[in-house]
Amino acid sequence: MVDKKRKHPKEIIKAEANSLNFFYADGTQALKKISLPVYENKITALIGPSGCGKSTFLRCFNRMHDLYPGNKYDGEIILHPDNTNILDKRVDPIEVRMRISMVFQKPNPFPKSIYENVAYGLRVRGERNKRVLDDKVEEALKGASLWDEVKKRLHDLAFNLSGGQQQRLCIARALATDPEIMLFDEPTSALDPIATMNIEELMAGLKEKLSILIVTHNMQQAARISDYTAYMYLGELVEHDETDKVFTNPSKKETEDYITGKFG
Amino acid sequence: MANDKKVDIENNLTLIRSLIAKHKRHDHIFAGVGMFVIISLTITLLVLFLDLVFDGYPRFNLDFLTNFPSRRATAAGILSAWVGSSLVLIVTFFAAVPLGIAAGVYLEEYAKKNWFSDLIEINVTNLAGVPSIIYGLLALGLFVYGFGLGQTILTAGLTLALLMLPIVIVATREAIRAIPIHIREAAYAVGATKWQVSLHHVIQYSYGGILTGVIIGMARAIGETAPVITIGALTFIAFLPPSPVGLEPPFINFEWLEAGFTVLPIQMFNWISRPQMAFHVNAAATGAIIILLTLLMNGLAIKIRYNIRKKIKW
Repeated sequence: MVDKKRKHPKEIIKAEANSLNFFYADGTQALKKISLPVYENKITALIGPSGCGKSTFLRCFNRMHDLYPGNKYDGEIILHPDNTNILDKRVDPIEVRMRISMVFQKPNPFPKSIYENVAYGLRVRGERNKRVLDDKVEEALKGASLWDEVKKRLHDLAFNLSGGQQQRLCIARALATDPEIMLFDEPTSALDPIATMNIEELMAGLKEKLSILIVTHNMQQAARISDYTAYMYLGELVEHDETDKVFTNPSKKETEDYITGKFG
Repeated sequence: MANDKKVDIENNLTLIRSLIAKHKRHDHIFAGVGMFVIISLTITLLVLFLDLVFDGYPRFNLDFLTNFPSRRATAAGILSAWVGSSLVLIVTFFAAVPLGIAAGVYLEEYAKKNWFSDLIEINVTNLAGVPSIIYGLLALGLFVYGFGLGQTILTAGLTLALLMLPIVIVATREAIRAIPIHIREAAYAVGATKWQVSLHHVIQYSYGGILTGVIIGMARAIGETAPVITIGALTFIAFLPPSPVGLEPPFINFEWLEAGFTVLPIQMFNWISRPQMAFHVNAAATGAIIILLTLLMNGLAIKIRYNIRKKIKW
């Protein structure tokens, strides 16, 4: 894993994409030769204008594209420390999703109770022991800073929560299975500023335990919370570096134009 | 100058107002036509129903429900018919519902979209429109003679199940399609398999729609006459099939499946084809009961759908 050419030698690589191409079923190439590391216990933010492929890239990490026929990956995403290429056809996408969880743009709790939402990932894994489930649910809800608000109504329907609470519930659901990486696809774009702040604080705490890859439309958000930032444009990776550097001294003209608002 | 501008605005306003008035007229005309259609349909149904009720009124008593058919019109009842209808519907339910739901889930969640699934789709939709007598002929050839099931409750139940199957399949698929994609993705994202997604989510969130389809299908099956006549239901029957539940172990028996039977619409048809007016009263009373049952079942379907829509809002 130690590579002399590596830009950030002090970081541990948790996952890395190597010349990843991605084609949608209609033949359009959404990702072009993307190589990008995701560092352990760091937040990596993906920014770029709409349609640049950042969500497509994120969804490669849990093989979400497999759900729809005709999509094609080319290249690899290596998950460390076991060096599994998670895009390999022989690797079961379900195994990948059990290691890498995801939080979506719009809060999408199941129409079940708060408890069942959080416990679902464990139930899928066959966990039936009520004590284990109770403990894990509590732990996950605490991890998502939601426990105090819902501990008295765990068996209420999740739809009765506010939008921000629902999104934290989705984070708890993604957290309950102890993932190695968590993917966030614009997790705050449907939320108000206070709920957004809660979730940003939450992410800062989460990275102690796992690695985070987040797509965001909001450049201030990327600057506030991420350690590394990748700027994508038209399916290509333009620049990837420490967030401070990308925002204060980008090495590429395109990046500078985008972050200063000349374009995008 | 200022005066000119004021006149301009006033002219403009008159124009806008006349436009709005014109467009609103379209609203009123459409609402009127719609209302007329709905009311005339409702009144037609109501008149038919009330006509049956008035004609059959003398027979609305408990004896009518507990008597076997008889040569004397006033002593005749629909006991064997309603018991037959109920038993046939039980078979229909247990045959059509699991198959229909399974087929719907398979088509929506598992089947690859290609020419073959298109072909199945067209066929299923078509089946819903096939005249019921065709199902009767199919059942006569397949169940009665092919499988040697005879002219029994089992045969009738399976025949009506064929009739109901496309309704259940279509209802299941429609209900499944109403589940938003992001809920499905959320389940897959935590590592669920297709089967887990189908069982824990798809079926659970769509059962309101499925149930509606099931009830509407049953309401159709209860009034079906042609296919049941084709397979040879008896028209005069003065005994009951063996009871499905008993007082002695094993408490449940399946002998009734092989019994001869009649159903409500056949009983009605039988009475109406007699020359004596007294039997026509019986037919009207039976007709009123069939319509009442259908109304009750459809009402139940609407109620269930309403309750579930209140609970699950995407």
